[in-house]
Amino acid sequence: MSPETEPLVKVENLAVAFRGGVRAVDGVDLTVRRGEVVALIGESGSGKSVTLRAIMRLNPERTSRVEGRIRVAGQDVMALPKRALADFRGRTVAMIFQEPLLALDPVYTLGRQIAEAVRRHEGVSEAEARARALAMFERVRIPSPERRLDAYPHEMSGGMRQRAMIALALACRPQLLLADEPTTALDATVQIQILLLLRELQRELGLSAIFVTHDLGAAVEVADRIAVMYAGRIVEEGSARQVVLSPQHPYTVGLLKSRADGALAKGARLVTIPGSPPDLARRPPGCAFAPRCPLADEACRRDPPVVSPAPGHRAACWRVPGADAAEPAQRADAA
Amino acid sequence: MTPALDPRDRGGPGQPLVSVRGLVKHFPIKKGLGRARAVVQAVDGIDFDILKGETLGVVGESGCGKSTTARLLMGLIPHDRGDLLFDGEAIGGRDLPLRDFRRQAQMVFQDSYSSLNPRMTIEASISFGPRVHGTPARRAIEEARALLARVGLEPARFAGRYPHELSGGQRQRVNIARALALNPRLVVLDEAVSALDKSVEAQVLNLLLDLKEEFGLTYLFISHDLNVVRFICDRVAVMYLGRVVEIGPAEAVLGAPAHPYTAALLASMPSLDPDRRTEEPPLAGDPPNPIDPPSGCRFHPRCAWGEPVCAKEDPALADIGPHHAVACLARQPGAAHSRAPLLEREAA
Repeated sequence: MSPETEPLVKVENLAVAFRGGVRAVDGVDLTVRRGEVVALIGESGSGKSVTLRAIMRLNPERTSRVEGRIRVAGQDVMALPKRALADFRGRTVAMIFQEPLLALDPVYTLGRQIAEAVRRHEGVSEAEARARALAMFERVRIPSPERRLDAYPHEMSGGMRQRAMIALALACRPQLLLADEPTTALDATVQIQILLLLRELQRELGLSAIFVTHDLGAAVEVADRIAVMYAGRIVEEGSARQVVLSPQHPYTVGLLKSRADGALAKGARLVTIPGSPPDLARRPPGCAFAPRCPLADEACRRDPPVVSPAPGHRAACWRVPGADAAEPAQRADAA
Repeated sequence: MTPALDPRDRGGPGQPLVSVRGLVKHFPIKKGLGRARAVVQAVDGIDFDILKGETLGVVGESGCGKSTTARLLMGLIPHDRGDLLFDGEAIGGRDLPLRDFRRQAQMVFQDSYSSLNPRMTIEASISFGPRVHGTPARRAIEEARALLARVGLEPARFAGRYPHELSGGQRQRVNIARALALNPRLVVLDEAVSALDKSVEAQVLNLLLDLKEEFGLTYLFISHDLNVVRFICDRVAVMYLGRVVEIGPAEAVLGAPAHPYTAALLASMPSLDPDRRTEEPPLAGDPPNPIDPPSGCRFHPRCAWGEPVCAKEDPALADIGPHHAVACLARQPGAAHSRAPLLEREAA
C-alpha cells in the first residue's frame, strides 16, 4: 500500500489487561482513514477510553499489559523508543480530555503552555511560538485572544478552557486528534458550539480523529463512522447512518430504543436493556452481551462471528442475518 | 393511594403541594484578598407551584440556580427572602416545623456514592431515617428490606452490603429506597439519573414512574437533559441566571417554546439524525456569571431577539396560554419590543 492510501490508524487485535486480571480491552480492531472521524461509543467500563489511551501509549506501563499491533502514520507505536514516543505525542497525535482544568498546567499561562509545546516540537523562536499560539487562539475563536494568552486556566470559563485545550492540541499540527469525552462536562448550549468547532477544524485541517463519547447524539454530530463498544470489544461498526438508522447488533438496537424522547406517550415506560454490564474480570464465554440479550440462544456461548450486512458495516453477533455462513470467531478486517 | 386520600393532606387536591413565592438567595463572596464583597445572585425572585401528584421539571444550565432552588426548598440552606409553603403551611413555621416537613419531603442527589454513608450497610442506611423518627429498629429493618425488593435489589443479596460494593445504578436505587423509607409526599430528584449510563438510566426512569403511581408521590425533577424531562415531567420550568424564564405544560414548553432561551436550549440538543446535523450553534458564548448578571432581561446579551429595550426593562413572568407563562418582552402585549403583540384593545 502506498502511504497515501494506507489508513492513518490501524489497530489490530488490541488487548489491554490491568493488574488483577481485568481485561478492559479484549481484541479490538480499528481503522481510521486520513481525514476521517471515528466515534467510539460505549458505556462506562466498555474499554473505549483505554483503547484511546493505548494509541498514545498513555496506559500506565507498570500496571497494564498491552498486546496487539498499533500503527499510526506509518509508525509502530508499540515499538517506539522513549525519545521517539515523546516526539510522536503532540506532533503526530494529540489528545484532548473531558476536564481541561486537570489537563492544563495551573501555574503557567495558556500562551506559555502552547508556545512551549511548539518550541519543543519545532525548535522555533520564542516570538514565532507565541505568534503560533495567538493564531491558534484566533482559530478556535477565543474572544480577545491577545489578552487571553496571558490568562491562567482557572481564569477562564469551561467553554473557553475547552477551546484553549483544543488550541494547545492542534498547535503542532498533528495528523490525528484523540478526544476523550471532550464535551461531556459542558452545558448544552456550549457543548454544541464545541462540537461544531471540532467538526470545522477537523475539515479545514484535514485531520483524522477518534472521538470517545457515551453520547450517541454527540457522535452523530461529528463522526463519519461510529464504533460501538461493549465489554472491551467492538460489537458494531459502520457509517453514522448505518449504525443509527439500521443498527444490527442487539446492544446497539437496545441503546437506541432505551433513549427517552418526546415521541413517547405520557405514562409510557421506556424499553430497557435488563441487567448491567459484566464484570470484566469474569467475562462470560462467547458473546459478553448474551446474558442481557433478548435474542440470545445456545449459539451465543461461542464467540460471535463478524457479519457484514452492508459494505463498511460490521456486527459481531450470531443473530444478525448471515451469521451462520460467516467464519466463526474470526474478526474480519474492516471493510 | 391517591394524594386526596392521604390523611396528611390539608388543602385538598386543588391546593398546590408546594408554593414558592418571591424566593431569593444571594451568596456573598470575597473578591480577591480585599474586603470588597460581591454577591452571587443564585436565586433571584422566583415563583412557582408544584401541584399534588405531578412531576415538575426544572431545566437550565450550570449557574441558573436550579440546584439552589432544590436546596432552599428542602431547608438545607436558609433563604434570604420569600415564602416557601408546603400544602399551605410555611416550611419551618409554627404549623410545620422543619422536622415534620422533612418526613414528608425527601431528596435524591446526583452523586450516588457521596450521598451514602460508606461505613453503613445498605439496610442500615435505609432504616436510619425511620429509626431517627421513632420506628422500632426491627420494623425499620423489615421495611428497609421490603423497599429494597421494591426498587429491584434482592434483599438477601444486597441488604448487608456496603455502598462501594454496588454499581452506580444499584446505589441510586438504594438512594431512592432511602428517600421512600419515610413515606414522603414530595421527592426532589436533583440530577438523579444524570450520572448513570444510558441503559441504566432508562431502568431507573421506569422505576421512578412506577413508584410515583404506587406511592402517590409528587416529584420535583431537576435535570439538564431535555429528552428525559420531556419523558418524565408533566410541567417544566426553565431557569436562567436565577430566574424562571418560562413555565408551563411539558408539551407546550418543549414542543412550542415561547422564550428564546428555551428555544435555544432545545436547538442545542444533538440531532441524532446523520442527515440533519446541526449547522450553526444556536447561542454563542458561555452562560454569564451570576455574580454580575446583565441588566434588564438577563438573557438579552445572548438573545437573537435582543433590542435596546431588553437591556432596560426586566420582564416579569406573564401568562401567554393555559398555565403557560413566559418572561420575555417580545411576548408581552404592549411592551416596547418590536415583536411584542399588541394589547387587545389596540388590536380591536
